[in-house]
Amino acid sequence: MNLIALVGNLATNDTLQVVALGSVGLGLAGGVLGTFAVLRRQSLLGDAVSHAALPGIVLAFMLTGTKAPLVLVVGAAAAGWLATLAVLAITRHTRIKDDTALGVVLSVFFGFGLVLLTYLQRQPSAAKAGLDRFLFGQAAAMLRGDVVVIIAMGGAAIAVLVAFWKEFKLLAFDPDYAACLGYPVRILDVLLQSLIVAAIVIGLQAVGVVLMSALLVAPAAAARQWTDRLGVMAALAGLFGAGAGMLGAVISSTTEHLPAGPSIVLCASTIVVVSLLAAPNRGIIWQVLRHWRHQRRLGLEALLCDLLELATHHHDPEHGHSLSALAAMSGGRAGLKRRLRELHAKGLVRPVGAGRWTLTAAGRIEAARVAASHHPARHEDGCPT
Amino acid sequence: MTAENRVIPALQVEDLTVAYRDKPVLWDVDVSVPPGVLMAVVGPNGAGKTTLIKACLGLVRPAAGRVLIHGRPVEAQRRNIAYVPQRGSVDWDFPTTVLDVVTMGRYGALGWFRRPGAAERERARQCLEMVGMLGYERRQISQLSGGQQQRVFLARALVQDADLFFMDEPFQGVDATTERAIVALLQDLRASGRTVICVHHDLQTVPEYFDWVSLVNVRLVASGPVNEVFTPNHLRTTYGGRLPFLSQRADPKERAR
Repeated sequence: MNLIALVGNLATNDTLQVVALGSVGLGLAGGVLGTFAVLRRQSLLGDAVSHAALPGIVLAFMLTGTKAPLVLVVGAAAAGWLATLAVLAITRHTRIKDDTALGVVLSVFFGFGLVLLTYLQRQPSAAKAGLDRFLFGQAAAMLRGDVVVIIAMGGAAIAVLVAFWKEFKLLAFDPDYAACLGYPVRILDVLLQSLIVAAIVIGLQAVGVVLMSALLVAPAAAARQWTDRLGVMAALAGLFGAGAGMLGAVISSTTEHLPAGPSIVLCASTIVVVSLLAAPNRGIIWQVLRHWRHQRRLGLEALLCDLLELATHHHDPEHGHSLSALAAMSGGRAGLKRRLRELHAKGLVRPVGAGRWTLTAAGRIEAARVAASHHPARHEDGCPT
Repeated sequence: MTAENRVIPALQVEDLTVAYRDKPVLWDVDVSVPPGVLMAVVGPNGAGKTTLIKACLGLVRPAAGRVLIHGRPVEAQRRNIAYVPQRGSVDWDFPTTVLDVVTMGRYGALGWFRRPGAAERERARQCLEMVGMLGYERRQISQLSGGQQQRVFLARALVQDADLFFMDEPFQGVDATTERAIVALLQDLRASGRTVICVHHDLQTVPEYFDWVSLVNVRLVASGPVNEVFTPNHLRTTYGGRLPFLSQRADPKERAR
């Protein structure tokens, strides 16, 4: 796929613009609302809600006979909410834990949805076709009407989130404290959950029930890597979601037989992988690098201390110490020569004859400082070994 | 009736019973705490100390009984009550800063839709200074030590400008320096007429830190001034006779024998 051709297509192709706009909207809403789902450790609930929406969509169609976006979205939202209530009821009134309850609700609703879908496809009605696109999503089929619904609902959800920002932040961080300050935690909880359900259902047509929760979780997880501020995290997650949504949808629309859901989710996953690896501080690369630097510094300091200890035994600063003596002290020859070369480059040690080394004047001062900083109480012999 | 009894108690708990799934956690508890005292709530693990505090705050619904704060139900007194939850009750990896967490203490007074502004942040800074955490405002909360986390929670409660404080194990997992700093702070609060109620675990320090105590083990064993009710007998009743660490300080009569 040629990226330049893609951008060119986007500029000229009306259908593609509609698709791009719609997927930016649903990615944005999914990312921003997903931030709260992730921070409240409710990622799995999002998965249950999106799978559970399938029977809602099919039933809405069976009852009304139309495929108007608003009708299907309302059906999906109703079923998604019912699933949430079912999970809460199961965890509250039985001994079943929430992960099990989520699994049960998800599979029951999704299974029921598949049965309804299969039944519908056996019916000889012409209008039935197309509902199965809700499984894996089909961005290419997005129409203006769909985009209007996505933008209206997504925009409303984000607007409500911003209006209750301070309350939702408190709810996500410390719900008991929110209750103590007099906030109606139960109502706020229901409101936030409704916003998350809204963000999920508007994405179902393009991404599909199977993978929609990824668009909720992935951008937020990626955004968490880059920042320690809630506001920045939500904005970044929205940006990542919008980017992944648009890129994935456009790639899918211009490639034959590539469903939009998997394509969008792959784009989002790429962002996650890059963030997990490369984000400053939290990224794996940085952590490994920091660990490695630390190890190296400790190795050099230990060697300095070993040399200092040998020097105090000999009283003669000109006396060189053999590699074998140093290897015996530090427990091995591995990397010993490299460490000596590094210290030599820093002017802390110097060679005395063949293969023998001693501290320079600067080296003695540095070694004493290191020893003192590691064991301030023991001063003389306190070396990190 | 003496004059002292006519003062409206800061906290009045009447016939409080709380049950989780038919299992009573607190049974018929009556406590009356006069204003201006520093009270410890002590008792063994699972005695319902945290539940007692949560019931006072209206966080758990009692099966029976009622709680009055300065003579009125807790819902009418939200502005007057501050809460320091157990440190482990929140996710310290939450993406927010020290100043932000402390400012949360003003959210109740702010009410719906209003955002915290310069005045709230200034008040938060003052309270951070009171707990010795000035200079940490911009720190991400996951970078704090246990004692620092505890002090941030204290500052958040101070910001509320309340006159009744509920604290759930404020000394848990903090070092000796922080513990002394917190005690000094609590005593300052009492000196300014505030009432502080702490779940506390270290029996040794009860007489030194507190002037009022409630001994709880599902039922209330005793409640009152430390020098009257913090007795070996009451402790034995509370802890079921197993008290190998029965403090010498708390037990001058026993030591004399």
